[in-house]
Amino acid sequence: MELTGAEILVRSLKEEGVKHLFGYPGGAVLHIYDALYQQEDVKHVLVRHEQAATHAADGYARSTGEAGVALVTSGPGATNAVTGIATAFMDSIPMVVITGQVYSNMIGNDAFQEVDSIGITRPCVKHNFLVKDVADLAETIKKAFYIATTGRPGPVVIDLPKDVTANKAEFNYPKEISMRSYNPVVEGHIGQIKRAVTMMLGAKRPILYTGGGVVLGRGAAELTELAQRLNYPVTNTLMGLGAYPGTDKQFLGMLGMHGTYEANMTMHHCDVLIAIGARFDDRVTGNIEKFCPHARIIHVDIDPSSISKNVKVDVPIVGSVPNVLQEMLAILKDGDKKPDEQALGEWWKQITEWRDIDCLKYDEQSGKVKPQQVVEALYRETNGDAYVTSDVGQHQMWAAQYYKFDKPYRWINSGGLGTMGFGLPAAMGVQFAHPDATVACVTGEGSIQMCIQELSTCLQYGLPIKIIALNNRYLGMVRQWQEFFYDGRYAMSYMDALPDFVKLAESYGHVGMRIDNPADVDGAMEEAMKLKDRLVFMDFVTDSEENVYPMIPAGAGLNEMILV
Amino acid sequence: MENEAGALSRVAGLFSARGYNIESLTVAPTEDASMSRMTIVTSGSEEIIEQITKQLNKLIDVVKLVNLSEDEHIEREMALIKVKAVGEAREEFKRLADIFNGRIIDVTEASYTIELTDSGEKIVEFIAAINADQIIEMVRSGVSGIARGEKSLHA
Repeated sequence: MELTGAEILVRSLKEEGVKHLFGYPGGAVLHIYDALYQQEDVKHVLVRHEQAATHAADGYARSTGEAGVALVTSGPGATNAVTGIATAFMDSIPMVVITGQVYSNMIGNDAFQEVDSIGITRPCVKHNFLVKDVADLAETIKKAFYIATTGRPGPVVIDLPKDVTANKAEFNYPKEISMRSYNPVVEGHIGQIKRAVTMMLGAKRPILYTGGGVVLGRGAAELTELAQRLNYPVTNTLMGLGAYPGTDKQFLGMLGMHGTYEANMTMHHCDVLIAIGARFDDRVTGNIEKFCPHARIIHVDIDPSSISKNVKVDVPIVGSVPNVLQEMLAILKDGDKKPDEQALGEWWKQITEWRDIDCLKYDEQSGKVKPQQVVEALYRETNGDAYVTSDVGQHQMWAAQYYKFDKPYRWINSGGLGTMGFGLPAAMGVQFAHPDATVACVTGEGSIQMCIQELSTCLQYGLPIKIIALNNRYLGMVRQWQEFFYDGRYAMSYMDALPDFVKLAESYGHVGMRIDNPADVDGAMEEAMKLKDRLVFMDFVTDSEENVYPMIPAGAGLNEMILV
Repeated sequence: MENEAGALSRVAGLFSARGYNIESLTVAPTEDASMSRMTIVTSGSEEIIEQITKQLNKLIDVVKLVNLSEDEHIEREMALIKVKAVGEAREEFKRLADIFNGRIIDVTEASYTIELTDSGEKIVEFIAAINADQIIEMVRSGVSGIARGEKSLHA
C-alpha cells in the first residue's frame, strides 16, 4: 500500500523503536503532525522552544544510549534547533533531528520560513540529508539512525520539504543498511593491542585517563574490570564521569581545569598514560607544552581523527572501547606477566599523599549556604543514584566534583559546547526515558533562565524534576575569571532584577522553595525528594563569592593548580 | 566520493572550518555516474596532513581517499592564458608556447590565447617566463592527479 511521506516518517520511527519525539509544530511540518495525531505508537512531546526539543532528545539519548529524536519546522524552527544540534555534536550524542522545509519547488526562492537548514547545520552534524523524493524517505531514515548510533555517534539532520511529506510511495522499511562510504572500525589492531599491554605492564607510574567514549561505547564494565585487575589509578573527564565507580578507592576524581589535585598530579607525573575514549581536550590538558612530560601514551578511540590531534601518542588503537578492552583483558588473563607490584606500591603511596591534601574541602562554618554543601546534600538524599543534569558554569563543576557517579548514563551535561539552558530540557528527556527515576537538574540562576519556559512543558506532562538552583546572584564562572584575571572588574556578570523563583515555579503550577540558611539545606532536600510526583524548584541562596577550586589557570600545566 | 549535491561543500566547509589550506580543488564525475573524483592540493606539516586525511575520511560522502604524493603519480593542470600579442611579441609568444608544449588556440590582431596542459610547476614556470604586464587575463583549472602504473583508487 502506498503511504504519504508523513505516514512513512512516522512508521519508520516506529520501526526504529522510537517511543518519544520532542518537537514543535509549524507550517512545513503540518502533514507530519497530522500523521502523528492519527496513531499512538510514537508519543509526541510538545516543548515550548525548539532549542528545548533538541536538548530533550539529547538528554534522552545520554541517559539511555539510544538515539534521541526531535521534530521542528522550517526556518526559525530549524535555526532554534541548531544550538541543541551543535551541543550534541560536540559531545558525540546520537540524535536524529527532522526539520521541515518549504516545498521543493520553492527552495532557493526566499519563501516564507525558508532557511538553508542543510547548509546551516553542515558543520555541526555527523551527516545531513535533504530528501527530494518520497521514494527515498524510508531508506534515508534508516541511514540516519545507522549513522547517528554507530562509530563515533553524533546528530544527523533530515530536511523534509513539505511536498515530500504529502507525496506517496510504497512503504518498505529496510531491515539492514550498508553504505560503501561508511564502515566504522570496531575491532582494534591486535598487534597494537599487544604492544599496549606490554607498555602498560612495564609501567611504574601508570594512570587510566578515560572519557565520554567509554560511556557512549558501553565499555564501563570492561574499564572497571581492567582497572581493578591491574590496580591502576583511574581519572575520568567531565564527560566520562560514571564510567568508573566514583566511590571506588582507585578513582581519583575528575581531571583537568577543575579536576582534583590527586588526578592532575598523577597525570603530570605518570610514566604511562592509558587514554581511553577521551580526546585530550584543552580543558583537560592545560598547557599542551607542559602536558604529561614523562609519559608514553596509549590511546584507544573509535575515531581515528581524535588520535594524535592535540597530543602525539605512542600506541594508537582505533576501535570500540569494549572490543579493545576485552582483547586487553584476554591477553592479561593468558599471560603470566603482572604489573610491577613494588613500583605500584610506591606510586599509590605518592598518590595517597596527594589525596590527603583534600583539595575539595570547603568552609562549612561560614554561616552561608555553600554550593558544595547543596550538591553533597543532593548526593546523600538520592543515595548517589539520581540522574543529574546540569547547565554550564560553576554549578556544573560543583556537581561534577561533589556528586559521585557510580554508574554511566547518570551524569548529563554539555561538556564540549558548554551550552547554558541545557539542563532543564535535558532533564525532561531523561525523565521521559526513566519515568520512575529521580531526575535532578543542578543549575544556576543565570542558566535556568535560558530555557525557563520549559517549566510549562513539565506541567503539561507532569514531570517531577527536582531543580536545584545554586543562586549566587552572579554569572559565577564569569565572575570567578573576572576576580582572578580582570582585577575584580565584574563586567555584566551580576544578575540584577531576578524573578522570585518560588512564585515563578508556583505560577507554573509547581512547588517552589527558597533556602538561605545552611542549617535548612538537608531538611529541604529531604522534603523536596518526598514530593515524588511534583516538580520542585529549589532556590538555594548561596554564598555569592564562592569559587571553584582547584583551578588550572590558562597557560599552566596540570601540576600548577590554584588550590584555594 | 558520492556524486551527491552538497558533497563539495562538505569538503570545502571542512577546510575552512578547521583552517586548512586549499591550493586547488578539482571535481567531476567519473566512469561511474554515482561517483565523482576530487583532487585537492593542500599544504601543511606532517601532522596537519595526517589530520586532513583523517577528517576527510570521516565525511560520510567520502568513499576512498589516497595521498597521491606518498607515491609515484602524475599531475596535470590546464591553464588558458590571454596575452597581448603585438609586434615582436607575436613571434616571441609562439616560440615560448612551443618550448612549453603549449598551443595557441585563439588569435586576434592584438592577442593570443595560449592553452598549456602540464604539471602545476610547469605552468608556474611558464607564467614566470612572461612579463606580468603582458598578461590580459588567465585561468587555471587546478590540478588533477592519478597514480602511476596499474594502481588505482579501486584497489
